[in-house]
Amino acid sequence: MGMTMTEKILARAGKTAQVKPGDVAVVDVATAVLLDMSFLPEGWVEILKVHDPNKVAIIYDHMVPAPTIQAATCQTIGRAFAAKFGIERLHDVGAEQGIAHAVVADRGYALPGSVLVCADSHTCAGGAFNCAARGVGGPDMLYAVTTGKAWFKVGETARYDFIGKLKPGVSAKDIFLTIAGTHGAHVNQNVEYGGPGMSSLSINGRRTLATMGTELSADFVIFEPDDALVDYMRERNPGAAFELTKPDADAAYAVRRTIDLGSLEPLVALPDAVVNNSVKVSQVAGQKIDQAFIGSCANGTLDDLAVAAKVVKGRKVAKGVRLIVTPGTQATFRAALKAGYVETLLEAGAVVTPATCGACIGGHMGVLGPNEVCITASTRNFKGRMGDPSSRVFMGSPATVAASALAGTITSAAEFFQGDVS
Amino acid sequence: MNDRRNEQPLLAKKVWKLGDNINTDLMLPGPYLYRTPEEQARAVFMNNRPGWVDAVQQGDAIVGGYNYGMGSSRPAARSLRNCGVGFLLAEALNGLFFRNSVNYGLLAFECPGVSKAFEEGDQAELSIERWEARNPRTGQTLAVTPVPDMLLSIMRGGGVLPLLEQQGLIRRKA
Ligand code: SF4
Repeated sequence: MGMTMTEKILARAGKTAQVKPGDVAVVDVATAVLLDMSFLPEGWVEILKVHDPNKVAIIYDHMVPAPTIQAATCQTIGRAFAAKFGIERLHDVGAEQGIAHAVVADRGYALPGSVLVCADSHTCAGGAFNCAARGVGGPDMLYAVTTGKAWFKVGETARYDFIGKLKPGVSAKDIFLTIAGTHGAHVNQNVEYGGPGMSSLSINGRRTLATMGTELSADFVIFEPDDALVDYMRERNPGAAFELTKPDADAAYAVRRTIDLGSLEPLVALPDAVVNNSVKVSQVAGQKIDQAFIGSCANGTLDDLAVAAKVVKGRKVAKGVRLIVTPGTQATFRAALKAGYVETLLEAGAVVTPATCGACIGGHMGVLGPNEVCITASTRNFKGRMGDPSSRVFMGSPATVAASALAGTITSAAEFFQGDVS
Repeated sequence: MNDRRNEQPLLAKKVWKLGDNINTDLMLPGPYLYRTPEEQARAVFMNNRPGWVDAVQQGDAIVGGYNYGMGSSRPAARSLRNCGVGFLLAEALNGLFFRNSVNYGLLAFECPGVSKAFEEGDQAELSIERWEARNPRTGQTLAVTPVPDMLLSIMRGGGVLPLLEQQGLIRRKA
């Protein structure tokens, strides 16, 4: 019996010939990513032995730059830990910092064909790189850092084949909102993406879709490799060894679906749930908003900032609305600055923050007050996610969010893409 | 460790019924992420069931619906354990929540049909020996989906931290 990409990667990392749904795979971890949150003084236990410091990266993102003494304390503990064990990949506040999954992408840390773990649920973001990346819990991280291993209960795999190409103004976020709205969740399943249309998606678009796999409750989310991936890895992580993994022709899938990218339209998810909650933008058009947010590990890429800048260029954010834009990494921030996107956004009245989880998690730099309404291009719209439990969060693509910020109400971005060719 | 013949079923005096898609933000709200485990345990369900933490008793059971524990990797399972939850049965558990349940020593299992078989306030019995849940009020028995032995022993041993400690890999605070 053939294996899916997930099964093949887990089998290789577990040094076994075959892995199938229902198995518990115990595998070698190629990359273990710790966050500022990992060093919470209340939860932190002292690590006495690190299996391999070269396989560990520490990336500060959830509370950065430290807005509280406690956040600062986490960072202090993390720095001491990195120094003690000689962990070189410490992405501290400064030029190389960013949201962990975005730094992993920028730096090519998610090696194709390998296993990566991190104590954050959106770690499947690394699946854009043909890597079996998975969010785990704090104790799993201790296990991975000290023993070099992780266990996974292997689930079945759902496969999506893309055909065609997105129309202008339709983005990877809309692919996600379509899948989540039409097919619902993939609880305890892996999700794999491929098909002849896959290569039309930019690496950044794949990152958005892989990251959002968490909201489908998927375990691993893995894209097939292609030439664009190989070029990207060579540029971002020169010299790194990796193994491109394709599914076997006779791999068994729980379900297999084809999606015609050319048929998709922009969608918006209604507040409080992402799954089975998508509607056409026109169905919520006119809904007044207080805040518009573009950022997070899913939508803080250079592509997202480019789209936002394109939409707001020469225009103004509506009176009474806050448009907050958070690049995924400081490197992306610098690239957006060079490309002129940051200036365009600032001139339109947006606030551009440093790279942080910030508003996405209702932590800082854009927390919602009671009864406020936000439209977000980030990962989650759960009740209370971005602030007060009475606030309401709609979710859309960066284009839809930017257009809504200009109008002051949820609105379609279609007019800004008229005449564009896909 | 895995010899489970002669085990008494666990008895929960009270079942708390939560619905489908209970997410980790509900069990451990964002503003409490940086608080102590004790403070976190006081915040469980504050947005969907205010007052629950005062009403729940040691050994009570949670009966959940579909995709219980969806959301983030935050230690929501630890909060439930710290609230005294004896065991949790759900139609389907989110994979990440299940990992955390294993690793923090919360007995959390999948039990198809459970949300129909129990009403809030019922008692509940769980036999890990027989992989069975029973409602004493109705006499109905349901199959509980077995968990592989390796994971069950971590779960029942109080989680992964005691394991790493025994191996001299970590030191926990006294
Ligand atoms: S940006 Fe949001 S979803 Fe991504 S890691 Fe940070 S808090 Fe989580």
